[in-house]
Amino acid sequence: MDILVQQLINGLVLGSVYALVALGYTMVYGILELINFAHGEVTMFGAMVALAVISALLGAGVDLPGVVIALLGLLTAIPACMLLGYGIERLAYRPLRHAPRLAPLITAIGVSIVLQNIAMLIWGRQYISFPPILPQGYHTLLGARITDVQILILVASLVLMVALTLLVQRTQLGRAMRATAQSPQLAGLMGVDANRVISLTFIIGSGIAAVAGVLVSAYYGLAHYYMGFLLGLKAFSAAVLGGVGNLAGAMLGGLLLGVIESLGAGYIGDITGGFLGSNYQDVFAFFVLIIVLIVRPSGLLGKPSHDRA
Amino acid sequence: MTARKQAWFTFVALAIGLALLPLLVEAGLGRSWVRILDLTLLYIMLAVGLNIVVGYAGLLDLGYIAFYAVGAYCYALLASPQFGLHLPFWVLLPTGALLAGVFGLLLGAPTLRLRGDYLAIVTLGFGEIIRIFLNNLNTPINITNGPQGVNLIDPIRIAGFSLGKTQHLFGVTFSSPQLYYYFFLVLTLIAIFVALRLQDSRIGRAWAAIREDELAAQASGINLRNTKLLAFAMGATFGGLAGGLFAGFQGFISPESFNLMESIMILCMIVLGGMGNIPGVILGAILLTVLPEALRYVGDLQRAWIGHVVVDPADLRMLLFGFALILMMLFRPAGLLPSRRHLNELRHD
Amino acid sequence: MFTPFRIAVLTALVSASLLTACGHSGTDSNVVKIGSASPLTGPQAHVGKDNENGARLAVDEINAVGLVLDGKAVKLDLIAEDDQADPKAATTVAQKLVDEGVVGVIGHLNSGATIPASKIYFDAGIPQISPSATAIAYTASGFNTAYRVMTNDAQQGTALAEYATRQLGAKQIAIIDDRTAYGQGLADEFERAAKADGATIVAREYTTDKSTDFMAILTSIKSHAPQVVFFAGMDPQAAPMLKQMKQLGVNAQFLSGDGAQTPKFIELAGVDAEGAIASNPGLALTKMPGGAAFKQKFNARFGEIQNYSPYAYDAVYVMVEAMKRAKSSNPAKYLAEMPKTDYQGVTGHIRFDKKGDLTGGAVTLYQVKAGQWQPLQTILSK
Repeated sequence: MDILVQQLINGLVLGSVYALVALGYTMVYGILELINFAHGEVTMFGAMVALAVISALLGAGVDLPGVVIALLGLLTAIPACMLLGYGIERLAYRPLRHAPRLAPLITAIGVSIVLQNIAMLIWGRQYISFPPILPQGYHTLLGARITDVQILILVASLVLMVALTLLVQRTQLGRAMRATAQSPQLAGLMGVDANRVISLTFIIGSGIAAVAGVLVSAYYGLAHYYMGFLLGLKAFSAAVLGGVGNLAGAMLGGLLLGVIESLGAGYIGDITGGFLGSNYQDVFAFFVLIIVLIVRPSGLLGKPSHDRA
Repeated sequence: MTARKQAWFTFVALAIGLALLPLLVEAGLGRSWVRILDLTLLYIMLAVGLNIVVGYAGLLDLGYIAFYAVGAYCYALLASPQFGLHLPFWVLLPTGALLAGVFGLLLGAPTLRLRGDYLAIVTLGFGEIIRIFLNNLNTPINITNGPQGVNLIDPIRIAGFSLGKTQHLFGVTFSSPQLYYYFFLVLTLIAIFVALRLQDSRIGRAWAAIREDELAAQASGINLRNTKLLAFAMGATFGGLAGGLFAGFQGFISPESFNLMESIMILCMIVLGGMGNIPGVILGAILLTVLPEALRYVGDLQRAWIGHVVVDPADLRMLLFGFALILMMLFRPAGLLPSRRHLNELRHD
Repeated sequence: MFTPFRIAVLTALVSASLLTACGHSGTDSNVVKIGSASPLTGPQAHVGKDNENGARLAVDEINAVGLVLDGKAVKLDLIAEDDQADPKAATTVAQKLVDEGVVGVIGHLNSGATIPASKIYFDAGIPQISPSATAIAYTASGFNTAYRVMTNDAQQGTALAEYATRQLGAKQIAIIDDRTAYGQGLADEFERAAKADGATIVAREYTTDKSTDFMAILTSIKSHAPQVVFFAGMDPQAAPMLKQMKQLGVNAQFLSGDGAQTPKFIELAGVDAEGAIASNPGLALTKMPGGAAFKQKFNARFGEIQNYSPYAYDAVYVMVEAMKRAKSSNPAKYLAEMPKTDYQGVTGHIRFDKKGDLTGGAVTLYQVKAGQWQPLQTILSK
């Protein structure tokens, strides 16, 4: 029993990590229908910038509580990533707004490669460790353990999802976003500056990516210039699972993917009588993904898709 | 010159050029560039195959490399010490292509209702599933030899004539990569020919109809299921064939050669070159195979221009490649050589 | 009309023609080219660069002292290529090195890249010494050009299993591998040897070489209560894995191979690293003649040793010693001298068996004590 509870906690935390990144993905997708392949790299930049600030502060012997130092790192990373996100949209995506659908996908991959290699040049090829400045304690729940950082990740992803949903549903900007998503031309006729709205979407999405990056690297204790790729991929899968473009869907998809992976890795051996092991964890996850999409071709919470092949 | 004469002249010049290419390249640039030529031909074959699925039928496939893997493993397992089997290439290549085609159907069947990015993520998952199975099927029964890969794969032998070693023909010495070049060239030309004929065939027009508007296509009597499945199967066959050639050429394969990044790169080739347009797709494949290799020489360039190496070429290579992808797309968003039909779509937009 | 395309083609042509120019200028008979091939981009770039650095240090040292072959002073030139840890790129790179006229190659990093490349070096008759490839298949192809200055999976796996069962007295062992050629090979050999020594493998779990989350498999392992958790993989996985073990309260000794026996591991795992045990082939660097000096020189020039740079460093010396004995840098001549290698390097005493593997390859076990790897004991493999 405690093993099952532990596996569920493992899955939910892992899922929240995916959800954090997926939220940014899905925001951009919702408005532009663009798979922003570089989103994972923006997340990586967030982690790297924060780490640079944190190690500079620690190196200078600043006498502040760990949480404050981490927060300072985060507060530098957020605007840095926002700027980066704005720049990416402006330089690599905006000129292709009316190009064939797959063209921005290629620039997105290009941006992703460029960002990885710039990060490699700046921060080197090594893995960088995230100093243990956040609380390291844990709590016991039904025989299972949950750490402070894990709780932080769960809470952060939930708070961000709610905040973003409120932003999209309740604010002027949110209304403009939804209008632009439906039809940039019509929104323009209604006095919405589509370019501004899209820029803001990228800025907000990238800000969230920074938060995700910092939390992820704090949780696993490391950062690396290549970390964004796989993270982005999983987050993208999560977003699609939940119904891409839908914020609650990204959260649901993320959590579900995390739990599926966790239970898959934990129990696949028992289910198949030891024939398959945790090496088939991803097979299991993708299998569930495929089944879900066959039953619901637009994801769990997605609207039926219109033709956009 | 009449137009007809001109066409003949171009054709003959092209034929001579392609025939002499590996000899000139080996003499001028070294044998590694002949290997790069060989790989380029394989990638052209892959890109032409993926173009059937993505360019003709408009089905976004991010797991295409799986078919390449199926073909490669089919060849490797039946012509290596792994099972002690050493079947000839004329059995292996068609078997691999056929098997890949069957896998294409397997992928296509459950995904008929999916579109766009949902299809992309499912195909991506399919590609990963195949790779994970190849990587793990060494227990409980050792089939693929797992991450260790399959080594000592037989080279391609045509009637006792091995492409795997240096041969003397008509008083000229041909290295193994050169021999492979000619073999790959013939098969690539056949693949291109088939793809070109498909485009203008009844099926090709049906694919185009589906791509433009699925509902309208269905209304005009096109069997969506069969037509889509055919696209998947056809595309996969090309991939399987290329995979078999790759296994014979390399002599060693392991699952890490068939990762997601490869699928993405092949997709980049066709989008960059000009989706749906065969010359464009070929150009895209050539560029994206040659460019990363050419960028290896930025160190030499620095030495020649500045006198010493300022920035480590390894640091710059992929960075420049990324920039090149972005710039090429920004300047020619429809691809370097866009297809006329796709171009029309653009204008209507 | 196609300006970007034209530019790209032009760049390709210009750079290609420059290559030929450089290629010809390099045929200077006083320059002996040695290749180094390892991933310099991608997720393993840090270890790949480390290999190159190790080789470069040796080359520069030899040049500083001055190398004389058959009465003629020669200068070594190290040509480093990026194989991206990709088997396909590895063969291209191998051919490129051969084309550029290298007389020997130090590389590659991964078994997956080393094996396909070894055929090209064999066809060209060029000796290859891998500082880090451990797959048994590498030297099993029957190529007389393939050598390594690293123990193979069987040697290290057996030594580790022996240590786990005899020294640690483990009866129940859990094994995790990262599904790379390295991890799977080492884990399989470890499992075989541990079973032969009477231990029970209570769990065999898997991860990937890109994962950072191991909570699920560790939770599953915890339910089997093993005394030892053995991980076959690299430090970026080993460190967070150990942290998560502590976090979940898995009370087992953490044991790993050479992939985790790095300073980076301690840095990444922080306080949790304390008590972890990992092996590395050869003898402890600090106890070797010249070992401390090597470390100092390396640190001064390239910073921290990542992992295999001492092996790459030794590999260059092994190669050059063979050239000295043959009085020639001609691969056809000094290849014959390679089997006679008997060299005292910073990683140990290097001699080769018939296949090109290390004979009597020693494996040293280390434990993290007070934030440092401290040698525990050395096991000589049979």
